Amino acid sequence: MSDKKPERRDFLFTASYAVGAVGAAAVVWPLIDQMNPDASVKALASTEVDVGSVKRGNTITVLWRGKPVFIRRRTEEEIKEARSVKMEDLIHPEKDEDRAKNPEWLVMLGVCTHLGCVPLNDKGDYDGWFCPCHGSHYDTSGRIRKGPAPLNMEVPKYEFVNANTIKIG
Amino acid sequence: MSDHDYTPSSKVGKWFNDRLPLLTLANHLTDYPTPKNLNYWWTFGGILTFCLITQIVTGLTLAMHYIAHADMAFESVEHIMRDVNYGWLIRYIHANGASMFFLAVYIHIFRSLFYGSYKSPREIIWIIGIIIYLLMMAAAFMGYVLPWGQMSFWGATVITNLFSAIPLVGEGIVTWLWGGYSVDNPTLTRFFTLHYLIPFLILGLVVLHIWALHVPGNNNPVGIDIKKPSKDTVPFHPYIVIKDGFALLMFMIVFAFFVFYSPNILGHADNYIEANPMVTPAHIVPEWYLLPFYAILRSVPDKLLGVVAMLSAILILAVLPWLDTSKIRSAVFRPLYKQFYWILVADVLILGYMGAMPAEGLYLLIARVATAYYFLHFLVILPVLGFKEKTIPVPLSITESVLGGSPNLAAARNRESSEKLK
Repeated sequence: MSDKKPERRDFLFTASYAVGAVGAAAVVWPLIDQMNPDASVKALASTEVDVGSVKRGNTITVLWRGKPVFIRRRTEEEIKEARSVKMEDLIHPEKDEDRAKNPEWLVMLGVCTHLGCVPLNDKGDYDGWFCPCHGSHYDTSGRIRKGPAPLNMEVPKYEFVNANTIKIG
Repeated sequence: MSDHDYTPSSKVGKWFNDRLPLLTLANHLTDYPTPKNLNYWWTFGGILTFCLITQIVTGLTLAMHYIAHADMAFESVEHIMRDVNYGWLIRYIHANGASMFFLAVYIHIFRSLFYGSYKSPREIIWIIGIIIYLLMMAAAFMGYVLPWGQMSFWGATVITNLFSAIPLVGEGIVTWLWGGYSVDNPTLTRFFTLHYLIPFLILGLVVLHIWALHVPGNNNPVGIDIKKPSKDTVPFHPYIVIKDGFALLMFMIVFAFFVFYSPNILGHADNYIEANPMVTPAHIVPEWYLLPFYAILRSVPDKLLGVVAMLSAILILAVLPWLDTSKIRSAVFRPLYKQFYWILVADVLILGYMGAMPAEGLYLLIARVATAYYFLHFLVILPVLGFKEKTIPVPLSITESVLGGSPNLAAARNRESSEKLK
């Protein structure tokens, strides 16, 4: 084969296969992409939550995009504890100042970054959250401190619409 | 074999068979020469075929009443249990049938491991079997999601999140699998579709599995190649059909015990609570047949490596024919392998138990040792054993091993020494 000079016919074969492959990929793509989030799912992208009645030291859980979001009004001790941690002690170093712009309010996805369970409030070795599924411990800033989870609990995009209302998403 | 010279006796039969040789196929299946020393561990192929048919038939009838929608799935399952005529029976057969299917497949796999059935020339049969096993796990997992209880929902969440361990594209893949930002209705409907599809894929692979089996023929307890047909074989019908039928009856007694006397013992009470995305059950445990792999997943402290270890534990089986370097098939003639085989059985049982326990303290330590041993068995012990082990001489034919008494160590030694005396 290698001795043979490529001829007209070889070129036609290669070109036909290439066009065929592109065509097949173009047909397969809609069949794959139909499984991605649809327009109605994407439309539910933001939620407004009234947090006026949340007392210090309490957490409320709201559903956003099918996932629980923890909104915790932290106590002074919890804020102090979260802000006094050294960066080198963290598995996923993030400053509490960056996670909670308003130190009193911690807003994050209540989803363990290991395999997606919902961690339990006020539990674990670091006074924050504990995931019962595979034993991940989170601190008062929702940062992973011990266990199999690789990352801190995710802080979603949110803003205070007014003093008592948080808009998530 | 009589395949090629078979002619139907009736004129109509001949006319039909000349156009579509179904009768030739039927004749091949009835006359198929089978080693005459097959023991009861060889009856699980037939039992597994029964399990597959049972799951398909009960699954089809359940699908006539089930509603694949996040708001209605849980209630429709209760509707099946309470309102549909014999719905409770069909659902309990289907749910326990999955467990029975796995029980049978594990015996079938470990039979193959003991008698070396995966070795040349049966590697393709073995690999098709592993693919079937993987599809069974996928079907069982997705089926468990359909009742939309708490275990369904959180099991689905944990298992789909395994894909998020893949670097870069992991999160995208998980969102694609879910069809949203969490397990929800789009996830349920696609799982139902795939749960419906997979059994038919398995059925197709079973045909290939049996086809590939019928090329070299069955392995047998002494693990030697035999002439077919010969004094060492019997026709499949009636000999094996009757034996398989008897074993199937015994198996159905066990099956019926679970269905009628303890239909929920293998399930989790949490799954009778409707799915709630806000609350994770305190203790998430997969079904018993996935526990050893779950233990391996949890025994690795790193997320990505844990997933890699779990998948490797299954996929390592596919290359087993090349990891086992011994030319002798049956463990009967491999005194050392026989011992390591039973250690592996114990190791897998221990992993299964640790998978059901919380991942902490001593449990975690034992699970880690057992995980390490699992890989040691396949990656080190098996390859080395083929070169180091002193095997017992194998008989020349099945008839010889039968006439010489049972093919065990003592019998073989006696025969060897008596041969020397001559």
